[in-house]
Amino acid sequence: MNSLSLFPPPGPDGNITLFESNNELVCGTSLGSRQKQGWEPPSLLFPRESLKPHSRPESSSKAAFLDHRDTLWMRSARAWRDSGLSGLLDEIANCTEEEVPRWLTVGCSWTLALLRWVSSFHGSLFPHLTLSSEDMVAEFSQVLDWSDCAVRAFAWHPHTDKFAVSLLDDSIRIYNSKSATAPTLKHRLQRNVAALQWKPLCASALAVACHNCLLVWHVDPTSLSTRPSSGCAQVLSHPGHCPVTSIAWSPNGSLLLSASPVDTAMMVWDVAGESCVPLQRVGGGGVTFLSWSPDGSRVLASTPSALFRVWETRTWTCERWPCLKGRCQTGCWSPDGTRLLFSVQGEMVIYALTFTDAPGEPHGWSGSSKAAAIVADLSETSFSTSQGQVRVGGQVQTMAWDPRGERLAVLLKGDPEAPDRPAMIAVFKTRISPIFELLPCGFVKGESGAEPRLLQFHPHFPNGALLTVVKNPSSQHFTAALQPY
Amino acid sequence: MFNSEQNHWFVRKVIFWRAAASVAWSVLLLPVTTALFAFLSRFSLFHPIQWISESFSLLYGSYVIFSLVLLCGVVLVVGVFNLEYYTVVPSVPCTKIALLGKVLHPQQSVHSLVHSMMGIMVTWCAATMIGGRYWILAAPCSEEEGVTGQKMCLNEYYLFFLLAGAFMGYSYSLLGVVRNMNYVSFQTIQQCKYLRFKGMLPQVVRYSAVQSLYSVRNYCLFYFFFGKDSDCLLLYTKHSSLHRLDTVSGLLDFRLLYHLWLSGTFLLLTWHITLLLFRIFITEAYSFPVQSSFSEDVSQCLPKVLSEKQPLILKFLALQDLFLLSQQSLSRRMEVFSLSQPGGHPHNWNAICKECLSLLSDLSQRLVEYQEVVASNGRARPLSSHSDQRSTSSETLGMSTLIISSLMSLQILSIDIGLKTPSSSPFSSSSVNRFVGNVDPSSPWYGSVQSPHVMRRGPKLWTASTGRLKFAHVKNFLARRVLIMYLFNKLPEASSQALFADSQAHIWALEGLSNLVAASYKEDRFGVVQTMLPSILSTMLLLQEAVDKHFKLPHASSKPVRSTCCLEDSTFKTLRFALRAALKTAMYRITVTFGEHLHSVQMSAEHRKRLQQFMEYKE
Repeated sequence: MNSLSLFPPPGPDGNITLFESNNELVCGTSLGSRQKQGWEPPSLLFPRESLKPHSRPESSSKAAFLDHRDTLWMRSARAWRDSGLSGLLDEIANCTEEEVPRWLTVGCSWTLALLRWVSSFHGSLFPHLTLSSEDMVAEFSQVLDWSDCAVRAFAWHPHTDKFAVSLLDDSIRIYNSKSATAPTLKHRLQRNVAALQWKPLCASALAVACHNCLLVWHVDPTSLSTRPSSGCAQVLSHPGHCPVTSIAWSPNGSLLLSASPVDTAMMVWDVAGESCVPLQRVGGGGVTFLSWSPDGSRVLASTPSALFRVWETRTWTCERWPCLKGRCQTGCWSPDGTRLLFSVQGEMVIYALTFTDAPGEPHGWSGSSKAAAIVADLSETSFSTSQGQVRVGGQVQTMAWDPRGERLAVLLKGDPEAPDRPAMIAVFKTRISPIFELLPCGFVKGESGAEPRLLQFHPHFPNGALLTVVKNPSSQHFTAALQPY
Repeated sequence: MFNSEQNHWFVRKVIFWRAAASVAWSVLLLPVTTALFAFLSRFSLFHPIQWISESFSLLYGSYVIFSLVLLCGVVLVVGVFNLEYYTVVPSVPCTKIALLGKVLHPQQSVHSLVHSMMGIMVTWCAATMIGGRYWILAAPCSEEEGVTGQKMCLNEYYLFFLLAGAFMGYSYSLLGVVRNMNYVSFQTIQQCKYLRFKGMLPQVVRYSAVQSLYSVRNYCLFYFFFGKDSDCLLLYTKHSSLHRLDTVSGLLDFRLLYHLWLSGTFLLLTWHITLLLFRIFITEAYSFPVQSSFSEDVSQCLPKVLSEKQPLILKFLALQDLFLLSQQSLSRRMEVFSLSQPGGHPHNWNAICKECLSLLSDLSQRLVEYQEVVASNGRARPLSSHSDQRSTSSETLGMSTLIISSLMSLQILSIDIGLKTPSSSPFSSSSVNRFVGNVDPSSPWYGSVQSPHVMRRGPKLWTASTGRLKFAHVKNFLARRVLIMYLFNKLPEASSQALFADSQAHIWALEGLSNLVAASYKEDRFGVVQTMLPSILSTMLLLQEAVDKHFKLPHASSKPVRSTCCLEDSTFKTLRFALRAALKTAMYRITVTFGEHLHSVQMSAEHRKRLQQFMEYKE
């Protein structure tokens, strides 16, 4: 088993990690040393001042704008449409006595109280249900400290040099290495973007997990327009399925999965037909994170409770994996789909699960090992650098495995109170065959004061593995690229 | 149509058994729904103990057992009708008149009639189980005289209930046509049958309850206006004077409405469950062997089965199996790529590839023809020279036939692309279409037995120019009539839907083919796929071109309204979008897999340019 103490200490302050060479992460201070690679990693800055988050409290300001002279019927109908039964009851319970008889208001307030009691009981079983939907996205997002971050989601295109970034002001920008236009996508329903993913085997479709729906944008790559109209977006919504916190396209591009922590069903979307099949399993209280194995045979679905499921995609049956400590925070698959690495909230380790049967052959139940094995220990370790002690380690926020299965990047949560224990990215060297191996490689360091928030590997970088990091200095955000090898 | 299909080995060996299993399961579920119904029918909020004990004693009663037997019969008949009337390719009526023709079609009339009768039977059972005032047809005329019981009158509640059953049965059948309930669509994912049923059940229950509510409302309106006539019909004028139901106060009997709604829900639920189970069983994936060492089984192997035209369900299941094997099964893919033992020919691959390509090029052909027709504003040749030639008696269409036949030159308004889809549906509006869009002298219908009206007019119209002139007047005259315009105006995007009605087959062909081609990059040891690569690419690119052109037509890219329910399957309405997406995915799958190697594939310059677009991710 691997632990952080085997790692080389992080580079000195003021230096940033540039690339990997001869099994070592090379640090440097200037951009000049990057020239050695003959390739300039792009970095983008999103000044936070230009991004105004929308201050949209969900319902508090509504009353100020609505006309109160509407009849009771109109108001009830609107309440029913907007927020269902509880809204309707609330509306009637708050009526004056001239409009409705007294017994009705009393009855409604009693029913409402009963409903609230029942839902609070439900909430005590699943505490995440009491969160507001924005907090819920922040809680279950893969981005570290989502609500504060200017970049809320990031996605590389699986086949071409193009990526999409979702920003704090709920817009999405698409950058393409081959064209100068960077389209900005805005939509009325595009709020609180929790995840982005490009459709595989397609040039244009981008799925966006939003506050109360899923959007699938069709951005014509040849178009020169910088503001595609909202007619280019398909809206996929299902009652009770919001907020959407995670999405996953099947690797063959035919299906889209979406998950919401509120809904116990995960949805399998046929995007062209805009229809969905709910896959309902009651335990767990919702689905927070989805990850489709690269070979398409299995899907990891974690829940807000200490339980996650691994679905096999032939007949859509699942294996239950109860964890002991907490919910499964993140997970990633090896490129051949046989090995799953995941981490659990409350524990500073990485677990591995192995699935032995060859995907596609009918061997009955998808064979897997009986228990997960711990492959890396990420508990806190002190390194003494020239600047003094640096403590590294903590729980895992997100993980990424490069498409060739040779590097694994892990984003460790720091301690916001302790300045000597920042969030850190640890890179492991991995080997899958003949036996699974995880070897330490090093820590990736950014500018001083910059905190990594999200990481992703470039899906088809020709010479090695290219890691993309979304960072958050106090006022500026940028995407930096790193080339280990 | 059906008799020829019935003798097919697949229908005998697989489809019948699947249908039988689905009916068996619905019969097994019947006691559960009946018990629930019995419980809920006795519902009383203020006497819960009495309610429960009464319900239990009711369940053991002989009436319930007898009702169950009767209901089993009803479910059986519904199952048989499901089997007879199902279709995998929906018939999309392009005009209102075609829809009318569908509703008035004799086969549909039989369907409606039988369902009305079964509706009566179900509500009779329901009335017997509820008991009380719905018990028997005759009732004492007034309650005071009831003790002596000389004068017996018509129990209107009872009549009301039975008529409601007939009404609901008829509206079930009618809505079935309008909403294409007989269309069976295939799931995007392969779930096991139990889980699919479990997932759908709550939706079905909700749908039945809501539909029943609408039915009750419509029926009450109907009864309110025509209730008096029912007395005249029965020549039974003596009502019990206490409650008359064709008055507002009589109808506002809450308990009556509740029972009516509950019985309606019960009726629709049993039928919908039967339909749901039928769909689930019939669309279950079937695994065909790719090759067989026994010569008698060769006709059941995938390459052979794929090329068969009838029954359509077989073709669809075979294509689905091709899609699944291409994606999931390494060993079966190896069989596809293998060579025949003496001779060394890739028969399996050749047959599969040829069939898929012919399907795809058929679709391109169809699209191109349609575009030509639209471009010439519908004035061009009617498209119907190879319409389906099932003989259905045209006389029964009665009035509508007469109208249509006198309107033959109104083709512009009503040229009907629906004809061209290989429709197996008994509801298909072909008998109407035939008269509307089809006066091609080469067509087999020319001069065949039709209504004398058409016989007389037909030749005159299309040979003599004076006749044509006269007819133009008639046309102008009729075109001004609002009703006629209403009936003959094309429904927007319906023709586009009809054009792609069977596109699920094309989608599977595309997916299967592209997956096989992509897999061949690593798995095809003999290079059998490479030989076909140029024609596969050119067929796909041709189709891509045709599809792109089609989506530039008006209404083609407008989205249909999403239906809210699972049972009203509207998959066929969006198939053209699915096809477009599948086509692009298939192209990308091939270009991603082969990459630069595709440059050495021979193809025309135009196609190469198109392919280059895909290789640069610019489509």
